[in-house]
Amino acid sequence: MHRMNHLVNGTAKTIKRMSNREKILAAIRTSQPVSTALPVIDYFTSDFSGLMEKYILVLESIGGKAYVVSGYDEILSLVKNYFPDAKRVVTTCRDLVGLDDLDLSEGPHLLQNIDLAILKTELGVAENAAVWITEEIIRARVLPFICQYLAVVINKEDIVPTMHEAYEKIGNADYGFGVFIAGPSKTADIEQSLVLGAHGPKGMTIFIIDSSKQ
Amino acid sequence: MTVGLFIPCYVDQFYPKAAIATLELLQKQGVKVVYPLNQTCCGQPMANSGFEHLTHGCDELFVKNFSQFDYIVSPSGSCVLHIKEHLHDEKHPAEATGIRHKIYELVEFLTDILKVDHIKATFKHKVGVHQSCHGQRGLKLSQMSELVAPPFSKPRYLLDMVEGIEIIDLDRQDECCGFGGTFCVAEEAVSVKMGKDRVADHIKHGAEFITAADMSCLMHMEGILKRSKSEVKVLHIAEILNAG
Amino acid sequence: MSHIADHAELSEQFNKDEPRVDWHDQTLWFVRKKRDVAVNKLPEWEELRETASQIKNNVLSNLSEYLLQFEENAKKNGIVVHWATDAAEHNEIVLSILRKHGVEQMIKSKSMLTEECHLNDFLKENDIEVIDTDLGERIVQLAGEVPSHIVLPCIHKKKEEIGEIFHEHLGTEKGASDPQYLTGVAREHLREKFLTRRVALTGVNFAIAETGEFVVCTNEGNADMGAHLADVHIASMGMEKIIPQRKHLGVFLRLLTRSATGQPITTYSSHFKKPREGKELHIIFVDNGRSKQLGRPDFRNSLKCIRCGACMNTCPVYRRSGGHSYHTAISGPIGSILAPNLDMKKYADLPFASTLCGSCSNVCPVKIDIHQQLYKWRQVLVQEGYVPATKSAGIKVMNWTLSHPSVFNFAGKAGRWVMQHVPFVVNNKLNPWYKQRDMPDAPDESFGEWYSKNNKKDE
Repeated sequence: MHRMNHLVNGTAKTIKRMSNREKILAAIRTSQPVSTALPVIDYFTSDFSGLMEKYILVLESIGGKAYVVSGYDEILSLVKNYFPDAKRVVTTCRDLVGLDDLDLSEGPHLLQNIDLAILKTELGVAENAAVWITEEIIRARVLPFICQYLAVVINKEDIVPTMHEAYEKIGNADYGFGVFIAGPSKTADIEQSLVLGAHGPKGMTIFIIDSSKQ
Repeated sequence: MTVGLFIPCYVDQFYPKAAIATLELLQKQGVKVVYPLNQTCCGQPMANSGFEHLTHGCDELFVKNFSQFDYIVSPSGSCVLHIKEHLHDEKHPAEATGIRHKIYELVEFLTDILKVDHIKATFKHKVGVHQSCHGQRGLKLSQMSELVAPPFSKPRYLLDMVEGIEIIDLDRQDECCGFGGTFCVAEEAVSVKMGKDRVADHIKHGAEFITAADMSCLMHMEGILKRSKSEVKVLHIAEILNAG
Repeated sequence: MSHIADHAELSEQFNKDEPRVDWHDQTLWFVRKKRDVAVNKLPEWEELRETASQIKNNVLSNLSEYLLQFEENAKKNGIVVHWATDAAEHNEIVLSILRKHGVEQMIKSKSMLTEECHLNDFLKENDIEVIDTDLGERIVQLAGEVPSHIVLPCIHKKKEEIGEIFHEHLGTEKGASDPQYLTGVAREHLREKFLTRRVALTGVNFAIAETGEFVVCTNEGNADMGAHLADVHIASMGMEKIIPQRKHLGVFLRLLTRSATGQPITTYSSHFKKPREGKELHIIFVDNGRSKQLGRPDFRNSLKCIRCGACMNTCPVYRRSGGHSYHTAISGPIGSILAPNLDMKKYADLPFASTLCGSCSNVCPVKIDIHQQLYKWRQVLVQEGYVPATKSAGIKVMNWTLSHPSVFNFAGKAGRWVMQHVPFVVNNKLNPWYKQRDMPDAPDESFGEWYSKNNKKDE
């Protein structure tokens, strides 16, 4: 009997909610003004020069650090030097030999003791020093937020000037989750004083692979 | 050309010197100026308080007084903006539209219509220029700090022609003074605080005089200056351009 | 009937502490200046604003189509779509999801929409614990207040006051006010919540009709910490937040944070397209007066708002009266043109809390004509009878005087005589002008009188 009531109530609620939808759509349709056209936004001409330099400048202004490297070996030695106290270091990047692969067997909550996570991205944006990270790269969505420090590897050629080019490159990719990450987690909520590491990583390091570098 | 001179109600009553300076300034440029004696007000105080629907009395009077001139000039950015945007007369719609297209604030009339390139005036003092909001953002008398656009200033262009004048910099070049019409009494606390801050900016940078193209801003700042027994005086821009 | 304080009274209170007003004003002006530096780095800034404005115009004129397109695509992605006609329905939907999962504790990241709906109070009444995870919002939550600014929720609080609040509720050292220290404690305190709560609610910055995904922007990462660890992610969205295509994010993400804080972008711009494997993702479209505003030709543009807060930072009145003086969830210039649509009587004071200086309209990234709408709302409120009778009477007298030249000239002459000979009639406490300002000097002659004497020969 109780289950029947629950079913009836459930159906009644569904009907009520459907009519909410119809109510709202009807209200919008009577209120909508005459349609205006979408503007064309293909007239921005971005500057493609000095992208890596611009990227680094912006990254440092937002609390991140950049290293220009010739390859993955250099990254490994830099990690040893600059993160000597990192106990648990994981990477999703198979080219970084010798570091722990990401182990998700015990669920995302146990990623909280990761000191340093190193990811690889295929897309960075010079105007705001962001990197584009998708679920495909990280597998656990919480990874780049829950680790104490974050590092991302990017090829110099994968840096584009602005968000317009970034979305062009993303195209109509069908990700479940994607995020632009620019610098470490931060807040200025206490009297506009900037503090790094609000809830997410306290630091952000970008390794830029410049294959022309000696 | 014959110019009809429109003097804001409170300038007529409390700041006749600014009106006289406006008249003389125009006459010195060779303009024939007529002041219709039956004028009163542009209707802005009522309209800005939400009573636009009552202003037809003022509107009709305005049309009656001013429709016959080649241009109408007024030493008030906010009044001119109001007429330009809101003047309506159901009985004489063509005349009202005509007026809206030929009314000018004094500074823009000098720079854009008369295209003045030199003014014979001397004013050997440190002057702070207050950018009255309606003149600046409404009539585009000078560039707004909010926009990414090349700077320009019609008042500065004219003031720079005055011999001996020293224009001071300000921390905030175009912040509102806080007068705002009936706002000045309806929200007295904020209005006065805004005025005090404006005045403090000018004083900090050594102004002896504060000038603007709108007497309402100056009246408000003057009230604050006098209450604090300051030596700093206010002068309408017409009075400086007509000085010496 | 109890008296509800209006903006003028509340800002008078605020202005009793002048040093504090200076501090509040200078802090927000500093944010405006940071915005100026950031936007001046983009020579195409004004074009971007125009583009965004046109995109939003297109959205408003095709809103039903875009909402349906989003719904279809979102459903394909596995997102559950709900529709709420008003705040009460929104709150009921949130509660029903919580009940369905047997959950009594929820975390929430910044959503001004949920402030508008008074969600926290509603959930509390229904024995649900809600913890705000944005640091600024957590601070005001612990203080028992509401946010004063849509982007900087506790901009009205000094660090010593925040230190006190943390000492009382989080056990920080008494007297400690160092932001680094306080933030560090909040990090640990909230991390425990992220790791244990099964339902997380976020706002929505942009929803894309073309793909059925939505974007949440934060600097702290709190929205993500909540959503990626919870079993259920609920996203509450004002239905006007929709944009047509994914590539339009290029325009809006370039405009949003530069306008808000002067940063080129928020630390995190998270794109949610599908729920996590085995988890639930819900989105709630909320109307709550938006379709009504859409039907007002003079005011519908206010729905273009992307909630950046730039108008508040630039508004000289807001900076000197504080968000709480507006007694509504969304305060400042944009709030003053949104609120009267919800309740003209309650918010009749807000369009008058302005000098119509126009600065707001010029910083607005989507070119809402805010100061013109403030003027138009004043006309509507007077016509609808929401302006005090005394003010009405005074304006009518002024209007009559100014419509009749002889009356005006007589009144002017009489007024000047009084000011010269019996100034105390005007210079007293009953004259609000005189409270902190001197009256102008009363000249012997008006300009009209001078002209009659000296220039009549010109006519």
